[in-house]
Amino acid sequence: MADTLFTVVLILAKLALIFGVVLFMAAYLVLAERKILGRMQLRYGPNRVGPFGLMQPLADVIKLLTKEDFLPARADKWLFLVAPGITAVTALLVFAVVPFGPTIEVFGRTIPAAVVDLNVGVLYFLGVSSMAVYGVVLGGWASCSKYSLLGSVRGLSQMVSYELSLGLSLVPVIMMARSFSLHDIVMAQASVPFLLLNPVACFVFLICILAESNRIPFDLPEAENELVGGFHTEYSGMRFGLFFVGEYINLVVLGSLMTVFFLGGWHGPWLPPVVWFLIKVLMVCGLFIWIRACLPRLRYDQLMNLGWKVLLPVSLLNILVTGAVLLGLGL
Amino acid sequence: MSRHVFRDIRGTLQPFWVTLRNLFRKPVTVQYPEQKQQLPERYRARLILTRDPDGGERCVACHLCSAACPVDCISMQATEAADGRRYAAWFRINFTRCIFCGLCTEACPTKAIQVTADFELAGRDPLKLVYEKVDLLVDHCGNDNSYNFYHQTGIGVTAPRGENPQETKPMDVKDLMP
Repeated sequence: MADTLFTVVLILAKLALIFGVVLFMAAYLVLAERKILGRMQLRYGPNRVGPFGLMQPLADVIKLLTKEDFLPARADKWLFLVAPGITAVTALLVFAVVPFGPTIEVFGRTIPAAVVDLNVGVLYFLGVSSMAVYGVVLGGWASCSKYSLLGSVRGLSQMVSYELSLGLSLVPVIMMARSFSLHDIVMAQASVPFLLLNPVACFVFLICILAESNRIPFDLPEAENELVGGFHTEYSGMRFGLFFVGEYINLVVLGSLMTVFFLGGWHGPWLPPVVWFLIKVLMVCGLFIWIRACLPRLRYDQLMNLGWKVLLPVSLLNILVTGAVLLGLGL
Repeated sequence: MSRHVFRDIRGTLQPFWVTLRNLFRKPVTVQYPEQKQQLPERYRARLILTRDPDGGERCVACHLCSAACPVDCISMQATEAADGRRYAAWFRINFTRCIFCGLCTEACPTKAIQVTADFELAGRDPLKLVYEKVDLLVDHCGNDNSYNFYHQTGIGVTAPRGENPQETKPMDVKDLMP
């Protein structure tokens, strides 16, 4: 009984920790993105609220909470209300399997530094992240607006073109780590990160998670300049805020998955493991922001061309080559 | 595949270098309320009514500025002084409408209406932006310190006809003697 209680308390504590850290990071990533983008475009970015604009996320939240929660007259009410939650919740759910440090010994028990250490963590990630597109699709469809619908149609077509390569780019990782557990995958990278062992898979995965996060150059469902706001055109106030924060939670989550699968997780010299993990995640997020400052948006036929004609063959070939090399080395 | 593969690759990678370089440069933004930009001398903003070098109002209420105004923000009432000199009884510019195009200053024959570089006209009450003649009149000649319309044209207001410097007496058209 005490054992069960201990486990429950532990999981709740880890949930609270992750929830707090991820939301905090998401809020400040918005600020970081605006500041870095600003500096890259020779502007300052937000610097009025608090010292260096550090209170900007708070001001944004107050603004979003006090805005009118608008419901379009012909919208499908329940789907419209639920959709923003799907985006934010699926992004948070993925984080449940992400190990952010080595196992810890507490009261004589070995505890993984993740909410759960699933033995099918990779499959769980792929499954839950595919659900994230429902937020986009249902939100756009339920709004009963042509721009939103176009946005969600684009979201779907984008999903079918990158999701396959996303899964396939992880197959070499699983082959090399010989496990579906994220913890084992990190442990397999103790000496050399998979980025160096299999850069092709890493590159394909990077492009796919760029598409997964709906960010430039793959922000087709949003496409402000073409579709007003795409799938969230009709959303206002905190519902828009949920979509927005969901996007940045997703950024943190995808950054940590990139870290886990290819950058060696928490492994690194001198610094504590969790710090290394955080540094790597922030570096991936920084890369995403940098990419946003540099590249234009792709048309969606270009994205589908890229997904089906380039990334899919490349990742299939990569599986073949990785398999052959592993077989040749007798591993 | 595109025929310009190398050009495309370069075009994809070049922005990364440009943005990275910009990251370490000083932003070009002027932090407005604290820092103010040095405006050009001929910047067009708030309008003023100037005086001639003798201190009299330049405006002769000819309505050319209000006719030239594309947004109809200038209005006035013309009247005459005892000596026959025209002036504006009231003169009103609605700065909530004014687009600072400067066409009124181009139209003005007496150089009375001129632009200044003062652009900070924002306020909470639109009615406070309706400037009357007292608000518009200034105590200087604006950008031309010597021009005096009546001295140039010689209309007998400040001095009788022909009495101004560089003038000859007007011809008596009823006298046929050479």
